[in-house]
Amino acid sequence: MKTILFLLRKEFLQIFRNRVIVAMIFVMPIIQLLILANAANYEVRNLKLQVIDQDHSSWSRQLVGHFTASPYFNLTGMVASAKKGITAIEADEADLVLHIPSGFERALRREGTASVHLNINAINGVKAGLASSYAQTIILDLHQEIMPVVELPAGLSSTFRYWYNPDMDYYTFMVPGILVLLVTLVGMFLSGLNIVKEKEIGTIEQINVSPIRKHQFIIGKLLPFWIIAQVELALGLTVGWLVFDIPIVGSLGVVFAFSSIYLLVVLGIGLLVSTFTDTQQQAMFISWFFLVIFILMSGLFTPIESMPGWAQQITRLNPVTYFVDVVRLVLLKGSSWWDIRSQWIALSIFAVVINGAAVLNYRKTD
Amino acid sequence: MITIQANEVNKKYGDTIALRDLSLSVEKGELFGLIGPDGAGKTSLIRILTTLLLADKGTATVNGHDVVKSYRAIRRQVGYMPGRFSLYQDLSVEENLRFFATAFGTTIEANYDVIRDIYQQIEPFRRRRAGALSGGMKQKLALSCALVHRPEVLFLDEPTTGVDPVSRQEFWQILKGLQERGITILVSTPYMDEASLCDRIALIQDGQLLGIDTPAALRKAYPHPLWDLQSSRRYELLHFLRQQEFTLSVFPFGETLHLATRPDVPEHQIRESCYSQGFTDIQLTRIEATIEDCFMDRMAPTADPEIH
Repeated sequence: MKTILFLLRKEFLQIFRNRVIVAMIFVMPIIQLLILANAANYEVRNLKLQVIDQDHSSWSRQLVGHFTASPYFNLTGMVASAKKGITAIEADEADLVLHIPSGFERALRREGTASVHLNINAINGVKAGLASSYAQTIILDLHQEIMPVVELPAGLSSTFRYWYNPDMDYYTFMVPGILVLLVTLVGMFLSGLNIVKEKEIGTIEQINVSPIRKHQFIIGKLLPFWIIAQVELALGLTVGWLVFDIPIVGSLGVVFAFSSIYLLVVLGIGLLVSTFTDTQQQAMFISWFFLVIFILMSGLFTPIESMPGWAQQITRLNPVTYFVDVVRLVLLKGSSWWDIRSQWIALSIFAVVINGAAVLNYRKTD
Repeated sequence: MITIQANEVNKKYGDTIALRDLSLSVEKGELFGLIGPDGAGKTSLIRILTTLLLADKGTATVNGHDVVKSYRAIRRQVGYMPGRFSLYQDLSVEENLRFFATAFGTTIEANYDVIRDIYQQIEPFRRRRAGALSGGMKQKLALSCALVHRPEVLFLDEPTTGVDPVSRQEFWQILKGLQERGITILVSTPYMDEASLCDRIALIQDGQLLGIDTPAALRKAYPHPLWDLQSSRRYELLHFLRQQEFTLSVFPFGETLHLATRPDVPEHQIRESCYSQGFTDIQLTRIEATIEDCFMDRMAPTADPEIH
């Protein structure tokens, strides 16, 4: 215990002497949250809209008015024909072309049904999907307005509510996920690189000829980053709460308890990488490889449900997925420790397996 | 009393043989030198003796403890200074020393007498980061760190490589001082001139022992007449001498050539054959063998036409 304490003292001395690392520890959560939370925003505004109004009726004008009033669309021009509309899309002058055919209002009044046509630029799939759904919402609005006038048949109309994030606020959705990124970066990179650095400069030899035991050395290496990552999480949560006003419905205790286990997993990965690399460059490269896969397949940016079956299976082995899930569940929904039991049980198993493998491999390379 | 003992130690890295059947023993209180070129196996042997590396075959003991079974006991009793300066560059001189003292469960103050002579020279810079020290000072700090737990046996792997001649001499003085304190020292070096400063030396080449004795005895045992030749046309002279019937071996030695001849070749015969080829400015002197001559002789059997 005394040995571990003085190893910790030495590590913290070295970490806090490294200005770049210290700056990163404090600046990273703030910058990342401010930039990523704003940039990784699924809301698409100012979509370029061009309209072909061949009806020139009051209702067609009303429909166009609804579109222009919406913050999502910017009317960039009126075009005369469908062909010109397509040209506008090709020239990237329009993201969306609304085509109101002649006889639109008459058909609505007489038959109670009429259709408009939307041409959407789908170069960016996410943007196209959003454009389509915004447009349909606007068309539905018009439908609601004119229903009493024309006594349209009582069609099925749906109303909905977004649970746990009633305004579909993207900050609420993204910030907890970005917190996970922060913790993962510190846990996976700093720990592994730190051990490899001792190999690189040869001090590990000096440690090895001393009576310091392997487990003391490993704990002395991992514990500082476990602590720093938790501080990082606390910092990130504070920024999220102060700047982005993210709701904290559940218990923060549950979040930190879960991150305690989660960190054992990522620190273990860092340790494992350090056992089969000799230079910081190698360790960096391998850690980065895993981190990119972990993040892209974590459900942070793309929903896991939309991945193919095999990819969904892989995400079950991705520790980041579990933490992203849990942070959202606890912060937004207020899930309890018992509610997230399957997640922490899974991570506990990961922790044991990965650290076990790392320690075994560490001995072998002795 | 024997402090360090190696019995037929073998070590291979893949297909490369680092040590083959190497045996040696070091007496308590001895200053023992491992002499050999780069890649001879010196570092492998030291790493095996300091329990950092496992031998493939053979046994070794340090202070009576087996390097495999009782490695933990050995680690408390030995000091090790690796070839590469490996201390924490971002910690200060004092922090480094304190760290290694604490690692061995002791303090600088309790062992100050052991390191005093060395540490006093760097103490004025004790707040300076180790990375900002000069080469000689780094070396002294590394030695202080290896000594701060009062080891009984000290292993030094090429401590003077890359150090200036003045610091090298100073360093050997320090080692002599440590020896007087009763510390057994095993030091490896590629510099043959440092060999004579050791009590006994082992000549190592390609993982094999070429000879083990006191420097004086090794030099005395040199079997051939040896000559030192100077000439302004050293390179041509070397070629010429290689083809002579009386030559056993000839190789460049600093600014001159060292020539080993068959027994009973008179001086005038060498001189005359050189003159006859136009090497009129030669200076020929009969000399005693240096350790390097002994090394070259043992490394290259005279029958070997390649070296001859």
